[in-house]
Amino acid sequence: MGTIYRREMGSFFTSGIGYVFLTVFYIASGYFFYNDVIKSGLGDISPMFVSMFIVVIFLIPVLTMRLLSEEKKNRTDQGLLTAPISLWEIVLGKFFAAFTLFVIAESVIFIYALILRYLSKDMVWSSLLGNYFAMLILGAAFIAIGVFISSLTENQMASAVVSVFFFLVLYAFDDSALEKLNSNSFISKNLKISTREKIMEFLSHLSMRSRYTEFTRGIFSLSSVLFFLSIVFLFNFFTVKVLEKKRWA
Amino acid sequence: MIEVKHLVKRYGDKKAVNDISFKVEKGEILGFLGPNGAGKSTTMNMLTGYISSTSGQILINGVDVLEEPKKAKASIGYLPEIPPLYVDMTVDAYLNFVFDLKKCKLPRKAHLNDVCNLCKISDVRKRLIKNLSKGYKQRVGLAQALINNPPVLILDEPTVGLDPNQIIEIRSLIKKLGKRHTVILSSHILPEIQAVCDRIIIINKGVVAADGTADEIARNITNEHKMTLRIEGPDHSRAEKEQIVTALRNISGVKYVRADMEREKGIYDYDVETDGKTDVRRDINKLCFDNGWNILMLQLSDLTLEDIFLKITMGEGFGHDESEKGVAAKGKKPKVRINLMTEEEAEAAEQAAREAAEEAAGEAQDEKGDEE
Repeated sequence: MGTIYRREMGSFFTSGIGYVFLTVFYIASGYFFYNDVIKSGLGDISPMFVSMFIVVIFLIPVLTMRLLSEEKKNRTDQGLLTAPISLWEIVLGKFFAAFTLFVIAESVIFIYALILRYLSKDMVWSSLLGNYFAMLILGAAFIAIGVFISSLTENQMASAVVSVFFFLVLYAFDDSALEKLNSNSFISKNLKISTREKIMEFLSHLSMRSRYTEFTRGIFSLSSVLFFLSIVFLFNFFTVKVLEKKRWA
Repeated sequence: MIEVKHLVKRYGDKKAVNDISFKVEKGEILGFLGPNGAGKSTTMNMLTGYISSTSGQILINGVDVLEEPKKAKASIGYLPEIPPLYVDMTVDAYLNFVFDLKKCKLPRKAHLNDVCNLCKISDVRKRLIKNLSKGYKQRVGLAQALINNPPVLILDEPTVGLDPNQIIEIRSLIKKLGKRHTVILSSHILPEIQAVCDRIIIINKGVVAADGTADEIARNITNEHKMTLRIEGPDHSRAEKEQIVTALRNISGVKYVRADMEREKGIYDYDVETDGKTDVRRDINKLCFDNGWNILMLQLSDLTLEDIFLKITMGEGFGHDESEKGVAAKGKKPKVRINLMTEEEAEAAEQAAREAAEEAAGEAQDEKGDEE
């Protein structure tokens, strides 16, 4: 795993993708820090994170789009798959490389925290850490999904576009969207209230954004942590299965 | 060392590889020969565990590739058709990566130096792979296969796209490697296989069409023998050429005669194939003596690997149909004598064979062909 990880980390910086990712992340977060936090005059950093959610949606595919699609296109996957290593090592190596870059990017928040502390006495560390952790774990989930989508195609662009689309759907999928769905006349006509409620409850548990917002309000819920970790595991598992299936096709 | 039993690979309804079995002993260089799409690469991909087989079993050093893939893969060095190179890395960085990937326990610096020296890439180690020429890329590909000294080397068309000097270099390198490793090599370039391999397996349409040394295959496939004659008649004319062909054909034991190039002014070469049982040389000599012709040359040539290859893969005795109808066209002999035949040339040879058949349809056309 370490071998794949080191190569991917090197490749992020030799190909320039790492620099692009970090630059855009720093500029965007700096802008939102100024606009949403400093201008408000309050010591609360969470408005910045709410805005960063949408930036992350567009930035994560930049990291993940080529991770497996490029291997397949350049036939370098033949080298990996005929080497004495397991598929898990390959997939996790790639996942952690992208995740490391995301952590490097996100850790800029601590610089903002110091600035904020200097400017305002009522900065709340717990809210900041909660937000930091929430974005970290959301990023991990998105990266796992992105790596999975990258394993499905040879085309980097296709992989990026599908990932962004998928993330946007996940973004739109929150409690208010469910409310609208619930009041939809077609559904309300055809389904009994009790079943409807059960379905809605089930779906709301799956909403990433609701869980994410919960974190940004400073609520640390173990079930949400497990939820995101399960997504990370599940999609890495899917990726392994896709690679395995290719072998049997 | 390598044992393949009843290997099958099916894509949908199509069987890319259909029941292939063979064995390779330690230190042997085995050549996989076959036209494009015959199943060479598919077989090699299965041997290396890149794809799975539909059914059948592959044992590398007694280890089943599907049951213990890590262990089996550790003893294989693989150079696929397209070398798996990360073009944005330097050669050194890439080889170090492969060294780690293969979990190589040998002393890193010394081993990489050895491999680089062997493949002659020591002078490009600091360069980015994307800036290397095709030949160097191929050699880097070979170098990565050699890392960790695997007992089995599997090379898929290792000389494709190289210039003649590089081809010769790579070939001699493979021969050298064959002393310490078991090598399986695929190619559709016949002279290459002939030059490098101890044993040949010809694959056609997913099945083993022939297996053995070049000589053994030749003996099994055909019991005919070939010779080339250069005969000079008194009046150096075309009519005389026909006369000679007819006379040669009447010798008992001769199966096939064809007039070849006009090598000297008015003097032709004749390709003669016998049934392999009768020695017709004395009869030919007597015939020429009786008619007042001079034999300027008599050269025995067994069927070349190329002839065998065409026979097997095209499913017919090539060159024989036209002999029944009339004299074959001159100068179209589909035989390339130089030691380097590319794919295009192989195609050209097939094309020539087809043209020969067409031209032989009528004698008038033959005349025309001569003038051209």
